[in-house]
Amino acid sequence: MKKTYKIEVDCANCANKMEEAAKKTAGVADAVVNFMALKMSVEFEEGADAKAVMAEVLKNCKKVEDDCEIFL
Amino acid sequence: MNKKQKKALTRILIAAVLMIILVLSPLDNYPLARFILFMIPYFTVGYDILLKAFKGIKNKQVFDENFLMAIATVGAIALGEYTEGVAVMLFYQIGELFQSYAVGKSRRNISQLMDIRPDFANVMVDGTLEQVDPDEVEIGSEIVVQPGEKIPIDGVVIDGSATLDTAALTGESVPRSAKIGYEVISGCINMSGVLTIRTTKEFGESTASKILDLVENASSKKSKPENFISKFARIYTPVVCYSALALAVLPPVVRLIMGIDPLWTQWIYRALTFLVISCPCALVISIPLTFFAGIGGASRAGVLVKGSNYLDALSRAKIVVMDKTGTLTKGVFEVTKIEAKNISKDQLLEKTAMAEAFSNHPISKSLKEAYGKPIDTSVVTDVQEISGHGIKATVSGTEVHVGNQKLMTSIGIQVEEIREPGTIIHVAMDGNYCGYILISDKLKEHSKMAISGLKRIGVRKTVMLTGDSKNVADIVATELGLDEVFAELLPADKVSNVERLLESKSEKEQLIFVGDGINDAPVLSRADIGVAMGGLGSDAAIEAADVVLMDDDPNSIVKAIGISKKCMRIVYENIYFAIGIKVACLILGAIGVANMWIAIFADVGVMVIAVLNAIRALRVKGIK
Repeated sequence: MKKTYKIEVDCANCANKMEEAAKKTAGVADAVVNFMALKMSVEFEEGADAKAVMAEVLKNCKKVEDDCEIFL
Repeated sequence: MNKKQKKALTRILIAAVLMIILVLSPLDNYPLARFILFMIPYFTVGYDILLKAFKGIKNKQVFDENFLMAIATVGAIALGEYTEGVAVMLFYQIGELFQSYAVGKSRRNISQLMDIRPDFANVMVDGTLEQVDPDEVEIGSEIVVQPGEKIPIDGVVIDGSATLDTAALTGESVPRSAKIGYEVISGCINMSGVLTIRTTKEFGESTASKILDLVENASSKKSKPENFISKFARIYTPVVCYSALALAVLPPVVRLIMGIDPLWTQWIYRALTFLVISCPCALVISIPLTFFAGIGGASRAGVLVKGSNYLDALSRAKIVVMDKTGTLTKGVFEVTKIEAKNISKDQLLEKTAMAEAFSNHPISKSLKEAYGKPIDTSVVTDVQEISGHGIKATVSGTEVHVGNQKLMTSIGIQVEEIREPGTIIHVAMDGNYCGYILISDKLKEHSKMAISGLKRIGVRKTVMLTGDSKNVADIVATELGLDEVFAELLPADKVSNVERLLESKSEKEQLIFVGDGINDAPVLSRADIGVAMGGLGSDAAIEAADVVLMDDDPNSIVKAIGISKKCMRIVYENIYFAIGIKVACLILGAIGVANMWIAIFADVGVMVIAVLNAIRALRVKGIK
């Protein structure tokens, strides 16, 4: 399953960090952050609960880049 | 400027004014007052950076730009270089503001370019027009498009006529006309006349939605340079931090051991300069920005690229494989030549068209189309279809035979074999040979120009694949100047031919397959880059291909490659320029030639130049 979320982040490097953080989150098979389009597309692992996983992704992103937002 | 940017600008202005006043003030004799006063502009402009650096350390994300800037400025202040400390922070913030403004601006620019999203549809309800969300319009509804409005949903015109501006979709500035019975696609702007359209698709499946979806999700596939930069930034920052630490500590310690003055202040100052130079922002922002602008510019020119990796690949295209029918030729059968004997051309065509009057064969249709006048069928009698040969009919008392060479032989007429690309229709009247009509697929206007354009732009080999006969294929290939041609292929043969070509090339060279999207999905996906042409209306093509050419013009392939080359040139310019200047300044900083002001240029100046350069990728007008 693949879903795309709108995000808010100020710098390109921070977007890279968000991508790293999202990738490392449990339940995420792959994640790509597009800084220019301000979008994050997340591919979930089989049977993962997208909502719960995304809450965790947001938490991890906040950890690496305080000044970011994912519109869930 | 948005709210955040305005706030940043205010802070920068306040801090800048304060700093200038302080520099000009005679404070040298009051060290404490000087320190306290300088802290006002410093915190005004830099408090968020310090906060972010602190949070970064707390979250174990130590090495980032904020950390670099915090350490460099705090260090400079500790050394008593107040002006430099504040200036570094000030210019860093100016750079950040500029970057955020430039990125925001190009985001807006690109979304304006792709301004094809229809906002509403006019639906006829009880005799009055009502504006509704296009999402709510069902298939088969009747919608009305007024002059100046966008067609919201794909459909067929059932009333009215108009000229349509398709520039946003195809980059083509010549308007198209639409009449009753024409299929129209969403995203076109109605320039004149009122159209009533019966929708054939849902909004989400309509062309405009599909294209927007594609463009918005493009660049989710990252190119090699982008991946390189994000990896580079990850390794680079810590390396620079440790180098700076080494620079601050090792030389003084060595000097101490050697028994000379360690010059601690000087080496720490150099290390701080080092940190300021090292900020990787110029690279980290300008590379994705270039690709984004490149993809945006390409969409403006009617070339949809599904990801920046394909832009990268396109620029290295060395072998271009093309389908014939529908790609290089129009895919429509037309009468292209009439060779009459002992009779006028018009008469030959008239009699032939009449003899074929009752047939629905594509060839009969093109004959009737070429004749162009209504046919009085009452004078056509005794029509007899001779399977595999042709037709025999009596037209106004004349016995007419229309068909291939075999038909002629069967009625005792010997004709020479004619080598022409297409289908030859021989005609005999009352047993006398009257000549032949050639029906063939016409070359597209720009096919020849496209092939020579590909050569010019650095493509090594052009290949044509076709299911058509060898005779036809050879003639087309010679006329266009193609390098290789493979004829009489089944769809599976096309795949194996492409595979063979893939093996023949080196890893770095890229193979493009260009097709019209009909029946060639397997080949499109097998090639390095699958290019579907005339994507308008063909869903399968949009799905299977990596690059979609919105118009039918083969010359767009040349344009697409040209755009990709420009984009990649800018990418590499930025990489070499930014890394080059940084490395040079790092060395100069380490040996003490470059001071803090040069460091600020190496950081902010380079970033500004790289961003301005990146935005150039948006301009694709001159590329042909």
